[in-house]
Amino acid sequence: VQIVVLVKYVPEPLGTPTLGDDYLLVREGVEGALDPGDEYAVEAALRIAEAHGGEVTLVSMGPEVAASAIRKGLSMGAHAGVLVTDDALRGSDVLATARVLAAAVKRTPFDLVLAGVESTDGSTGTLPMAVAELLDVASATFARAVTLSDGVLRVERQTEEGYDVVACPLPALVTVTGSAAEPRYPTLKGIMSAKTKPLDQLSLADLGLSADDVAPTQRVTAATRAPEKGPGEVLQADDDAVRRLVDLLAEAKVI
Amino acid sequence: MVAIWVFAEFTSEGPRATTLELLTKARDLGDAAAVALGPGATDAAAALGEHGASTVYASDDEAYANGLGRPQVHALETLVREHGPEAILFSTSYDARDVAGRLQARLGCTLLGNATDVAGPGSAQTQIFGGSRIVDVELEGPAPRLVLVRPKSFPAEPSGGTATVVPVSVEIPDALRSVTRVEHHEEAAAGPKLEDAKVVIAGGRGLQDAANFRLLEDLGAAIGGAAVGASRAVVDAGWVPYSYQIGQTGKTVRPEIYLAFGISGATQHVVGMKGSKRIVAVNKDPDAPIFRMADLGIVGDALAFVPKLVEAIRSRTG
Repeated sequence: VQIVVLVKYVPEPLGTPTLGDDYLLVREGVEGALDPGDEYAVEAALRIAEAHGGEVTLVSMGPEVAASAIRKGLSMGAHAGVLVTDDALRGSDVLATARVLAAAVKRTPFDLVLAGVESTDGSTGTLPMAVAELLDVASATFARAVTLSDGVLRVERQTEEGYDVVACPLPALVTVTGSAAEPRYPTLKGIMSAKTKPLDQLSLADLGLSADDVAPTQRVTAATRAPEKGPGEVLQADDDAVRRLVDLLAEAKVI
Repeated sequence: MVAIWVFAEFTSEGPRATTLELLTKARDLGDAAAVALGPGATDAAAALGEHGASTVYASDDEAYANGLGRPQVHALETLVREHGPEAILFSTSYDARDVAGRLQARLGCTLLGNATDVAGPGSAQTQIFGGSRIVDVELEGPAPRLVLVRPKSFPAEPSGGTATVVPVSVEIPDALRSVTRVEHHEEAAAGPKLEDAKVVIAGGRGLQDAANFRLLEDLGAAIGGAAVGASRAVVDAGWVPYSYQIGQTGKTVRPEIYLAFGISGATQHVVGMKGSKRIVAVNKDPDAPIFRMADLGIVGDALAFVPKLVEAIRSRTG
């Protein structure tokens, strides 16, 4: 099984994000890492490859520093990485990103594409499906479990009410939630071997795409501070706090 | 008038509330139409009309119930090419997100996610950084502009209208039917639905163990008619089913009172509950972000606090 995992280098999730004058997220000089959500997709890919044979390739788009996110996945056990990096891609929207990633995935034969459900920084959650459409493959999102037998994936897909079991033949794209298998920690051997694994760096031109293909279709015209509630009442968790909360529930007429 | 479409979601009981919210907004922006695909679509048309759809493009074809987005995208593309709407609004649900995500690539149209308001066919608002910044976005490129809107961004109000039902008869190729739902499981908790409850009680990591979620059920029973939810961290950890999840991925709630126990207030969670009328948070960490939005913050161990609260409510209500 040839598996591709779409991964993203994101700013450290616990940091404080800021907007630049161009309304783009300031990424320069900000600590970053492999998106924690993507680690679940890498883990799912490794498990399928271990069970059925085959290789796992990580594909990413981002600045050169994003190579560190790919190295993290390689140290977990993935076999190769591809990073698309190009000045024309700064501030790309979802559609442009999908075009780039789909073009990068298509360079070599694949059976399965895995991704996280949504990125930790952008959180739109629509990129993987756009890639699936451009690759013209079936898909299942929100997988909390993925297994493969006889060329058909069995996916437990989370829903509003619970979950569905979905049968999805290969080739396919699947997005994996944080309920899927816990990502492994890289071993020392894994970290060492990751340094010598192939990591291709490509430009837009290498993918046969032009700046027009990735021109932004959205423009931020204003960013304003949302009205904030003043700081509320803060109490220590003693009997007074219990009384105060019961009073509040009574005032709101819910008890 | 500009044509604004709503991608309708419905069950055998009729349209989902989020669909009616979008129609209420769409009819203010232009001529609203709904696209309803799947078994029950024709039956849902009356309620869609009552909320502002002048036209409902409907098909009861089973293919739409199974295909996880591909059949819907195929039909939407055909309808868009025929009728040329200026914008299509989707609610941020699991199924609609899949359809919108694919449709942007199929049509080469722009898609804005997580919108909290729509000003017109080419402009919308979203919130970033956990709702602390409101961002105005102009949508450019070819029509239709696609917008995924957060649930409960608008009220759902009937307009008293009626819709003309236009049957959709798009042939769905077999290649787009390769995915099938083979099992369906419901895991919703007893009691009121999270989205409808006046009081929502939510638990996070601070409860320390899955077994302690029972304390929140006790509290819900003491208050009466409260729904229990959870942060993503504990859903991912397998403490409670996914149907409990409140947040970016998960449910959006706006109760009269939101009680958060052992929840730190990560951005992921906050966007799903910050519209609550009154927020009460109990957390050990005085610097937890949840306290910045709490009307009443209580610093201490949530696990020890809940039983005391249950007892006090019981003695107050007799």
